[in-house]
Amino acid sequence: MNFPSKLIEEAVNEISRLPGIGKKTALRLALHLLKQKENVTEELTRSLLSLRKDIKYCSLCHNISDAEVCSICAGRRRERSIICVVEDIPDVLAIENTSQYNGLYHVLGGVISPIQGIGPDDLNIESLIQRIAHTPETEKVKEVILALPATMEGDTTSFFITRRLKEFGIKVSTIARGIPIGGELEYTDEVTLGRSILTRVNYSAE
Amino acid sequence: MHLKNIRLKQFKNYQKAEVQFSPEINCFVGVNGSGKTNLLDAIHYLCLTKGAINGVDQLNVLHDQEFFTVFGDFDLEGKEIEVRCIFESGKKKQLLQNGKAIDKMSDHVGLLPVVMIAPDDTMLIKDGSEERRRFFDNMLCQMDKQYLEKLVRYQHFLKQRNALIKQFADRGRWEKSHVEPYDREIISLSQFLAAARNAFLEEYIPLLKEYYAIISDNHEAVNITYETNCLSEDFSNQFLQNAQRDFILKRTNMGIHKDDFVFEIGGYPLKKFGSQGQQKSFVIALKLAQFQIFLTHKKTKPVLLLDDIFDKLDDNRIEKLMKLVADHRFGQLFITDARPERSKAILSEIGAESRFFLIEEGEISPWNQ
Ligand SMILES: [Zn+2]
Repeated sequence: MNFPSKLIEEAVNEISRLPGIGKKTALRLALHLLKQKENVTEELTRSLLSLRKDIKYCSLCHNISDAEVCSICAGRRRERSIICVVEDIPDVLAIENTSQYNGLYHVLGGVISPIQGIGPDDLNIESLIQRIAHTPETEKVKEVILALPATMEGDTTSFFITRRLKEFGIKVSTIARGIPIGGELEYTDEVTLGRSILTRVNYSAE
Repeated sequence: MHLKNIRLKQFKNYQKAEVQFSPEINCFVGVNGSGKTNLLDAIHYLCLTKGAINGVDQLNVLHDQEFFTVFGDFDLEGKEIEVRCIFESGKKKQLLQNGKAIDKMSDHVGLLPVVMIAPDDTMLIKDGSEERRRFFDNMLCQMDKQYLEKLVRYQHFLKQRNALIKQFADRGRWEKSHVEPYDREIISLSQFLAAARNAFLEEYIPLLKEYYAIISDNHEAVNITYETNCLSEDFSNQFLQNAQRDFILKRTNMGIHKDDFVFEIGGYPLKKFGSQGQQKSFVIALKLAQFQIFLTHKKTKPVLLLDDIFDKLDDNRIEKLMKLVADHRFGQLFITDARPERSKAILSEIGAESRFFLIEEGEISPWNQ
């Protein structure tokens, strides 16, 4: 792409480094900002800068947070005996949006993948173990839910964590994987369908 | 099944081409280097989502271009299937069946069986065990979705484990708890896949023997011995005890990626003791047995690609192969030959419908002389 202005070119290059944004979209965004009043751009840069500078990660669960401990970990109505382990921050938001879960979280920050140079020590696994080992008697963790991606790396990570948790004798579960709601069996891929049959659940007509 | 037509854009040396095929015999003639084999490769793409010759998609794009497309219409036992294969540099290859995008290439593999005979390639016999594993894996993957899925998992876990072992070597320390998840997967997948290979050979070897007897003059007994550690009762322990060696050699030394399929003639290894003629016959018999096993399992005759066989085989073997064609053992055939008169003479004796195409520097035209 050729630009009439060096300034535009620089802005487009920077914006297009964001995920999912190509040069064309970046150009549209840059031109849009130019059409707005100057303070719109100022507000945007200010909020992005303070996000980058002031953001904290929860010292317990590693979720994004404004304070030392995040609002979920600090929440009074939260069920403290269940921890749901997820790969990353968007997963916390996704599960929160279901309104079906009221326990705590633990954000790993990735999954184990030696090819990409990511080992257990690069993730928040040890802090999960410490968290479980050191909770006061009144807040004892009874169950860990592994909500990791249904990939080979997700499976490997789940297995590794389960092994590490063995000594505590707590319940470890994984989220169910199977047919989407409203999904037709004949259009479900064979692996998913096979797995759904293997991990079938009791059905009650009560 | 048969392929009714093919449409190419910027595929290998073809700028743009479109051909209507005969459901029986199609013969591509033209001087060497004109692009005859590239057409076979395009058909291979439609059936198996990849080329027979070069595994790297980018290398199949016309020089200086950004993408290629290969489209074709199949008749699968009366069912119309249009396949579109689209590759663009730096992007994920796309495959569409009747306009519907296929997410995983593996969902397409096996639908449209294809067998290619290139008799000059005795690599299968002469090269290392990797070639033979690839040959049998390709066959099994086309027949058994579960095998395919587990093989993909196996290869992935193996790559992860090897990467991990290299890190162990760099740090000078083996961490059992880190490698454990991979050990577990590799052991159980090895056991499954080796058992599947073994069961497959029980069905495949009798077919190989049958076709070898048809194609060769002398009736030496041929066989395949499957060499693997993965079927021993003690495999799991052996694998775990091998950790020390893995650590020293910096890679995984046990599992189905170490298996071999030993081809034998008269009880001896074909690689060492087979004559050139015997080796050629063996390769053809391997492919014809593949054709037969696909036919049995898929209930349709696979498309058969014969690359340059009239040049590379002696008259005797050509005659035997053509007898099979005349007996209607095969379905649709695609043949390449640099000498049109020769193929015309051979094929005219068979009495099947043959269509000839002259290939000249990426241009395809009907040839009727
Ligand atoms: Zn928290």
